Amino acid sequence: MKYVVAEASEIESGGRKIVSVAGRSIGVFNLDGEFFALRNRCPHQGGKLCEGKLWGVIRSERPGDFEYRPSREILCCPWHGWEFHVRTGQSWCAPERLRVRRYEVETVAGEEIAEAAEVTAAPIEDPDAPSPGMVKGPYTAETYPVSREGEYLVVEIPG
Amino acid sequence: MIDADVHIPNPRLRDLYPLLPEHWVEHFNNTVDKGASQEYYPPRSPVAGRRGGLEELREAVFDQGGAELAISSCLYAVDSVHNPDVAAALAAATNDWQSREWLEQEPRLRGSVVAPIQLPAAAAEEIERCADRPGFVQVLIPARTEHPLGSRLYHPLWKTIERSGLVAAIHFGGAPVMPPTPTGWPSFFLEEYTAMAQVFATQLTSMIVEGVFDACPDLRVVFLESGFTWIPSHLWRMDKEWRNLRRLVPWVRRPPSDYFREHVRVGIQPLDAPPDPAHLGEVVDQLGSDDLLLYASDYPHVHACDAGDLLFRLLPESLGRKIRSENARSFYRMGG
Repeated sequence: MKYVVAEASEIESGGRKIVSVAGRSIGVFNLDGEFFALRNRCPHQGGKLCEGKLWGVIRSERPGDFEYRPSREILCCPWHGWEFHVRTGQSWCAPERLRVRRYEVETVAGEEIAEAAEVTAAPIEDPDAPSPGMVKGPYTAETYPVSREGEYLVVEIPG
Repeated sequence: MIDADVHIPNPRLRDLYPLLPEHWVEHFNNTVDKGASQEYYPPRSPVAGRRGGLEELREAVFDQGGAELAISSCLYAVDSVHNPDVAAALAAATNDWQSREWLEQEPRLRGSVVAPIQLPAAAAEEIERCADRPGFVQVLIPARTEHPLGSRLYHPLWKTIERSGLVAAIHFGGAPVMPPTPTGWPSFFLEEYTAMAQVFATQLTSMIVEGVFDACPDLRVVFLESGFTWIPSHLWRMDKEWRNLRRLVPWVRRPPSDYFREHVRVGIQPLDAPPDPAHLGEVVDQLGSDDLLLYASDYPHVHACDAGDLLFRLLPESLGRKIRSENARSFYRMGG
């Protein structure tokens, strides 16, 4: 299921927006014009990961060496500082077993959304939905009135 | 069997006279300076052991103890000497004495280079001088040092040890200017003796976090008389904090426990054994590798329990074999 979560222009480069989609809290990040979405829940102990600080990538071959790329792609959980790569959800502290759920984000023209069959302009309560606000349809504009002119960020929640 | 920790007694100052430059002999004869402190243990205490010669060591370690090879160290505390030239001269004379009186006399005995660790550059010179001599397999580094061993001050020394192909043997004791506990000077030897595990834990943390093993990927370290039951919980804590704080030390690219298991081995004596032997088996299991422990008698120091007996009764035969000889043989690259 695809959900419209923001206008594309709403999240500036380096910025983020935390949205509630299909009963999940999700952080949508703009890295230099590319958009990525991560579950706002740290796989370690459930901290609000997407509220953490963004850092550059730092590498080192030997003590005292710092190879720094100021890309601000590393998200540190505000609870325990565990690091995750925004692009992939990959953990950097136990990469073989830890990964935060990431979701596909696409930028979709308002026109395309408007022409989709089951577009709604506001959340519709569905008694079968696992949580309030979750609705059926290929696109759901949670709180977003969609106009044909704009561009929108659409997050896909599988299942 | 390989005994990874036996001691040869400290030289008496007059043993070193034929090996010291003449002006230092005159200096010792004419002043109150009588060389380094004799022992890290209180004189005549049971842990201080007795002063035996080569014949007694042969009998106890090889004939009765059943070792094929034994790795010895001499705990002459040149790290307690403040005069840098005296410290370096005493270390050099002690090493020449070890070669001549012990290692050349007994082919089953291996030795440890004594070095003035408080002066890293002088220590490196002494290590280079002795590295290729027959018998020396490691450098003796007292656990208590003036700075944590991971400090950048010591990195050139670690590089020298790595290049020399010797193992760095970090051993109970040390006589730097610093107190032996993290909170100052204790009143009784019992406190110092018990707190030595904390000193080892601090040195392990320092070496891993400050990147000694990243700077020196071939460095091998053995802990002697450190105890080992404190190690699993310490590694758990270090791994946990590394996840939070590794950005500050990005050269630490793997969990600290990985570095420990790759670079460090630990002698089994003295054993800080729990009252229930079954718990000891759990701790050995928690170390997370069968390659880490080395049989050690600590001859001639006498401990309350025979660590080897207790462990070999408790552990599976295959692990016992590794602890008795295979781990040391492989770590010290002894062949056979």
